[in-house]
Amino acid sequence: MITIVDYDAGNPTSVGRALASLGQRYQITPDADVVSRAERIVFPGVGHARSTMAVLRERGLDEALQQAFGRGTPILGVCVGAQLSLSHSEEGDTPCLGLVPGEVRRFRLDPPLKVPHMGWNRVRVERPHPVLGALPEDQELYFVHSFYLAPTDEACVLATTEHGHRFTSALSRDNLVAVQFHPEKSGPVGLQLLDRFAAWSP
Amino acid sequence: MLTKRVISCLDVRDGKLAKSVKFVDTKDIGDPVEKAREYYEAGLDELVFYDITASHEGRGIMLEVVRRVAEQVFIPFSVGGGLASVSDGGAVLDAGAEKVNYNSAAVKRPELIAEASRAFGAQCVVLSMDVARSRATEALPSGFEVVIHGGRRRMGIDALAWARRAEDLGAGEIVVNSIDADGTKTGYDVELTRSISRAVNLPVIASGGGGENEHLYEVLTAGEADAALVASMLHYGTHTVAGIKSYLTQRGLPIRKPPARLS
Repeated sequence: MITIVDYDAGNPTSVGRALASLGQRYQITPDADVVSRAERIVFPGVGHARSTMAVLRERGLDEALQQAFGRGTPILGVCVGAQLSLSHSEEGDTPCLGLVPGEVRRFRLDPPLKVPHMGWNRVRVERPHPVLGALPEDQELYFVHSFYLAPTDEACVLATTEHGHRFTSALSRDNLVAVQFHPEKSGPVGLQLLDRFAAWSP
Repeated sequence: MLTKRVISCLDVRDGKLAKSVKFVDTKDIGDPVEKAREYYEAGLDELVFYDITASHEGRGIMLEVVRRVAEQVFIPFSVGGGLASVSDGGAVLDAGAEKVNYNSAAVKRPELIAEASRAFGAQCVVLSMDVARSRATEALPSGFEVVIHGGRRRMGIDALAWARRAEDLGAGEIVVNSIDADGTKTGYDVELTRSISRAVNLPVIASGGGGENEHLYEVLTAGEADAALVASMLHYGTHTVAGIKSYLTQRGLPIRKPPARLS
C-alpha cells in the first residue's frame, strides 16, 4: 500500500490514478499518524513553499515525514514535495523538512527563456539508481515549476536538466528519491518510474 | 532544453468528439476518450478538451469525459469551453484535468483570472483568446482584436494589451486562436503569434490554421510559439503524431521523442 500525503497542495489524485493504472494500491491521507506508520510514501504537491509548509506543520505532517524518513520508509517526493525535502526554500523564505541538505532557488532567466519552466524537457541521468532504472538517454519528462532543487552535496544528484542553466531534476538520499518533474504526467516513461519506486527496497 | 510541444485540441459536444470549422459547422467524429488515448500512446505531448455543449446536462457529461480521460491518459491536459467561474474550473481540476482554460468569461470579467490563479496556482490557469485581424486604430494599435462567441462579437480590445493584462492577473499560459485562420488549414497566423509571444513572458500556444507539417514549423520558429495546437490534421487521419514529430525533429527543432512501446 502506497500512502499519498494530502496537504492541500495540488491534486494528489493524479498520482493516485497513475498508481491505480499500474495495479498499485494506494490511499490518500492528511493524517500524520497514517503517514508516520506508512509502508511507502509519495509526497506530491504543487503550490507555494511557504504556505504548503504551514499546512504540513499544522497537520503534524512535517514530523511524520521526518520520522518516516528516519525509519527507512521509501519516500518519493514529486515537484513541490521534492523541494520541501530540502532545508530551505527561497519561495516565501521558509525552512523546509531538511531531509536532504540544500536550497530551493528561483529561476532568474533572461527572455526568451520563460518561467515557469513548463513542458517536456530532457533528463540526463548522472548516477544510476534503481528508481530511475534504465531511463533512456535524454528522455523527456514533464515539468512545471519556477523554483529548482540545489542540494548542497553533489553526490546526491541523480539527474540534471537544462533550462538556462543545468539544475538538479532528480536526487536521492538513503530511502528518499525526489524528482522535480511529474512522473504521473510524463507518459509511459513516468509510469515506469512510479512502478520502480513501488518495488524499490532501499 | 525545453522541447516544443505538439498539442491536440478535441472539441467535445454532448460527450462526443466534434471538429468545428469556422466555429459554425460541426460534425461528430468519434469518442473523445478513445481519441485521447490513441494520441497519448502515439506520443502527443498534451491535450486540450474544448466543451462546445450548450446544455446544462452536457456539462455533467463533459466532467465524466474528463474523469475517464484522467484514468488512462498520463500527459497534461486542459479543459475549457464555457467555464465562467472558479468553481467551474475547480470541477474540471477535481475531475482530473491539469489546467483550466478560460476564454469569454475572462474577457467579460478579467478578475476571474486573478481569482483562479490564487485558487489553483498560475500554472493551472490558461487564458485562451480568440483574435481577429482588424483595422489598426488608436484603441487597437496592433490591429489584432479580441473577439468572443466564436468571433461573432468583437470586443474592441487590443489582443496584445489583453495578453499582458492576463499575465499581470496571474495567467500561466496563453492560447492564441486566430479566428481568421481557424479551419482554413492554410497555416497559423505567424505574425499574431509572434506579437503575443513577444508581449508576454508566458508560454504561448498557437492555434488555428494548422494543415501541414510546415505550418507547425513556421509558427514554432518565426511565430516564436512554445507549442502548436493541431486538430483536423490528426482527427481526419491525414497526418500522424509520429509523422509531425519526425518532420519537426528533422527540421532541427527540439521535440519530445515518441515513447518506446508501452509495456
